[in-house]
Amino acid sequence: MANPTMTLIASQTIGSGGASTFNFTSIPNTYTDLKIELSARTSATDGSSGQSAAITFNGSSSNYNLIYLLGIGAGVYNGTATNAWMYVCPSNWTGNTFSNSTCYIPNYASSNYKSMSIESTDENNGSNTYLDIVAALWSNTAAINQITLTAGGGNFVQYSTAYLYGIKNS
Amino acid sequence: MSDTPQAVDINCTTGEVTYRDLTADEIAAQQAAAAQAEADRQAREAEAAKVAADKASAEAKLAAIGLTADEIAALSK
Repeated sequence: MANPTMTLIASQTIGSGGASTFNFTSIPNTYTDLKIELSARTSATDGSSGQSAAITFNGSSSNYNLIYLLGIGAGVYNGTATNAWMYVCPSNWTGNTFSNSTCYIPNYASSNYKSMSIESTDENNGSNTYLDIVAALWSNTAAINQITLTAGGGNFVQYSTAYLYGIKNS
Repeated sequence: MSDTPQAVDINCTTGEVTYRDLTADEIAAQQAAAAQAEADRQAREAEAAKVAADKASAEAKLAAIGLTADEIAALSK
């Protein structure tokens, strides 16, 4: 009988100096799926690229495609893009709040292209909220052994935290 | 503290965590990836703003020809 498990592979909370990049390396290929949880805030403002964190695999920034459903306040929008990223709370939004994002990557070690789903939420002083739901594809057959989260601007500030989980289906 | 952007490397096999300065190549690659992601984010939101403005304009025109607020709202349900 299948006995699925979810295991914390690694996590890191940014220290007082900040850092622009979470870089998970040497990811073992012994799990079925991967899941990233990111709670983050940047030192940049939303007007200067402080509201996103790019997701890249194995150091490659190529061959990503996605479709998104984006809610901003009461409005709902959709579209496509050629990279993968999460929303991050910028420095000029609600003080001491952090964004919440999840990225799920099934069959990350297979020789097929890698699909993923991403969900992000972000809030600004009760006057602006974001909910972003994404389906994405990385058109590369290599097993994922490195995941990099890069702040769109500035640094991830202290207490920003990324978790990497491995899920086994048996 | 260095002004060079720092990465935190988390080795998932050994558990070792290292803060280090990014190399020039890493800075260039990551800035490109981040810039593209940010450009896409801004494009998404510009599109969202345009849709919102178009909707408001359409609603104003409908109101101007006599539709009630409830009738206008019913069109998008």
